[in-house]
Amino acid sequence: MAAVNLPRALRDGVLGAVVAAALALPMLGFRLVDSSQALTLGFRFDWVLWAALVVGIGRFLLSLSRDALPGRLPALALPNWGERFPKARLYLGWGLAGFAIVLPFLPFADRSLVDKATLVLIYVMLGWGLNIVVGLAGLLDLGFVAFYAVGAYSYALLATKLDLSFWLCLPLAGLFAAGFGVALGFPVLRLRGDYLAIVTLGFGEIVRVILQNWQDFTNGPAGISAIPRPTLFGLTFTANAPAGKTTFADYFGLEFSGDHRVIFLYFIILALALFTNLFTLRIRRLPIGRAWEALREDEIACRSLGLNPTTIKLSAFATGAMFAGFAGSFFATRQGFISPESFTFIESAVILAIVVLGGMGSQIGVVLAALLLVGLPEWFRELQQYRMLAFGGAMVLIMLWKPSGLLSHRAPTIRLGKEKAA
Amino acid sequence: MEYFLQQLINGLTLGAIYGLIAIGYTMVYGIIRMINFAHGEIYMLGAFISLIAFLTATTIGGTSVALGLILALVSTMILTALWGWAVERVAYRPLRNAPKLAPLISAIGMSIVLQNFSQLSQGARVKPLPPLFKGGIEILRGDSFTVSLSYLQMVIIALTVLLMAVFTWVITRTSLGRAQRATEQDMKMAALLGVNTDRIISATFVMGATLAAVAGLMVTLYYGVIDFYIGFLAGIKAFTAAVLGGIGSLPGAMLGGLLIGLIEAFWSGYFSIEYKDVAAFSILVLVLLFRPTGLLGRPEVEKI
Repeated sequence: MAAVNLPRALRDGVLGAVVAAALALPMLGFRLVDSSQALTLGFRFDWVLWAALVVGIGRFLLSLSRDALPGRLPALALPNWGERFPKARLYLGWGLAGFAIVLPFLPFADRSLVDKATLVLIYVMLGWGLNIVVGLAGLLDLGFVAFYAVGAYSYALLATKLDLSFWLCLPLAGLFAAGFGVALGFPVLRLRGDYLAIVTLGFGEIVRVILQNWQDFTNGPAGISAIPRPTLFGLTFTANAPAGKTTFADYFGLEFSGDHRVIFLYFIILALALFTNLFTLRIRRLPIGRAWEALREDEIACRSLGLNPTTIKLSAFATGAMFAGFAGSFFATRQGFISPESFTFIESAVILAIVVLGGMGSQIGVVLAALLLVGLPEWFRELQQYRMLAFGGAMVLIMLWKPSGLLSHRAPTIRLGKEKAA
Repeated sequence: MEYFLQQLINGLTLGAIYGLIAIGYTMVYGIIRMINFAHGEIYMLGAFISLIAFLTATTIGGTSVALGLILALVSTMILTALWGWAVERVAYRPLRNAPKLAPLISAIGMSIVLQNFSQLSQGARVKPLPPLFKGGIEILRGDSFTVSLSYLQMVIIALTVLLMAVFTWVITRTSLGRAQRATEQDMKMAALLGVNTDRIISATFVMGATLAAVAGLMVTLYYGVIDFYIGFLAGIKAFTAAVLGGIGSLPGAMLGGLLIGLIEAFWSGYFSIEYKDVAAFSILVLVLLFRPTGLLGRPEVEKI
């Protein structure tokens, strides 16, 4: 226990309060009132006082706790568990997967819970997809949502215009998205680091602007509605079967319930997500997966060893994009309606945040981060307005607290065998 | 020809604004190698603060528009600079030695926070301001089209040139600028030689925010409407400008800003206004294809 430096803490607190007051003065102290004649000002200086008080006391306490607790902020022991019990992560993974499978049948799982879980799983899947690009191959992609959008629109257009079924469109959507991944990858392969980031960001915006403005093809900002729902081997999940079809409830002699469809959708995305995970885990052991990781660690060494960075980067882009395409077509079929509004930069940012907060390259970290960033805010829907504020704040705080992510333990994918004692 | 000239003037005005924001990106990137995603929001705050300051100044000080504007300009620069400083202090400084992506995520989070903060505190509706500067001069009178340069455009361009001159002087001639350049080249070495690098980085953020504040004021006057969402698009455009010019290079940021402004103006003038953003990004990709480090960027030297 280090000595508590009270005067310094007080000084910090007062300074913090003064700064907060100055910051809050224009934005909180005044309010722009939009009356019919002209813009006028309203006042609420009490808010400034509150802001100064909260920040001042907070800064004071933080300063005290810095003295009282030596070292940095209290560190969560999560990564250490992983080292102490090497199998813990494996069990945790299986446990989570098992829990996810039985979730819809648990007594407390009502329709809205399954629905929320579906949403979280979409982001888990997107996170795992982006993890291939960012976590494994080390390419910073700020426009991942573009591939998600391509997947969603390919399914929506194929289904509404050509009347193709979800199960046929799913692989096609993945293919299209992967194609876009390659198309984006080609011109930007020479770029590194942050140049790549801005180009991917630009690409994401281009895709959104085109979706918004190509009226004839995408129906513009109005979006595409009445997207068909998936069927289970031809069994539909509607109350009354369309001509020539049987409903799921009739076939199995169940009473019709809207819950069936929700649970069915949940299992589709669960299967897709688990497939993504399995794919990633397996491909890390293949030459291509190892090449991705090698490229992330050192591009020059990679080239010297005769690996071709072009094909490696392209394959990483395409693979990540493919999973985003799958997730996108699932999103389209779940919502039944899509519009360019759903594919803004903020989505890319959320997915990237999930990957980074989870701890880059960590599969379970992605699940935790998705639960935290997507699942948790869903419970606070009533606080609509403050939700995004808290969301952004959480992103900052988590990063400050654990800069390398929630589960940052990075194990080498491959180890040399134990050396035998001579 | 007349139409061309008019678009050129509009493009230059827009480009000056983008350039001022782009400098904030490029300086921060140069010094700590980080994309400051919240910079667009700082500019948005600048626009709001300038509007509030201007209204306050006219409420207290009476009717003189010019005096009100100068008061608004000065107070906006100070208050917005404080916001820039606070964001750096809270969200980036603790992450100085963190993995590369941590500050980026923190910046994106900060940007979401600031955007929603101003939406909550000032309301989501657009805020209109009646035009203050009326009139201008006619440069060229054609058969069907008259080229005009409004007083406001003159003020914007002149102010930008002035700020650029001051800024270049600070960077190249003052001890602060010298310390900044040293920190940019090698932070550890600069610290060893007695430069307080944390303070220099703070100063960089403050300078970037000050310029963004001026850009915010200009936009408030130029377009007459602002809302809490303007920071995002302007931010990525300005960042595009910084990359286009070669990130880390100050003249590059200004050049990139002007180019983006001109591309937008000409594209919306001659082709379609909907696709002007696509045009800007496509040009960026094209330029980066041939010059991967931007127009004026130094090629990265790889050391093994």
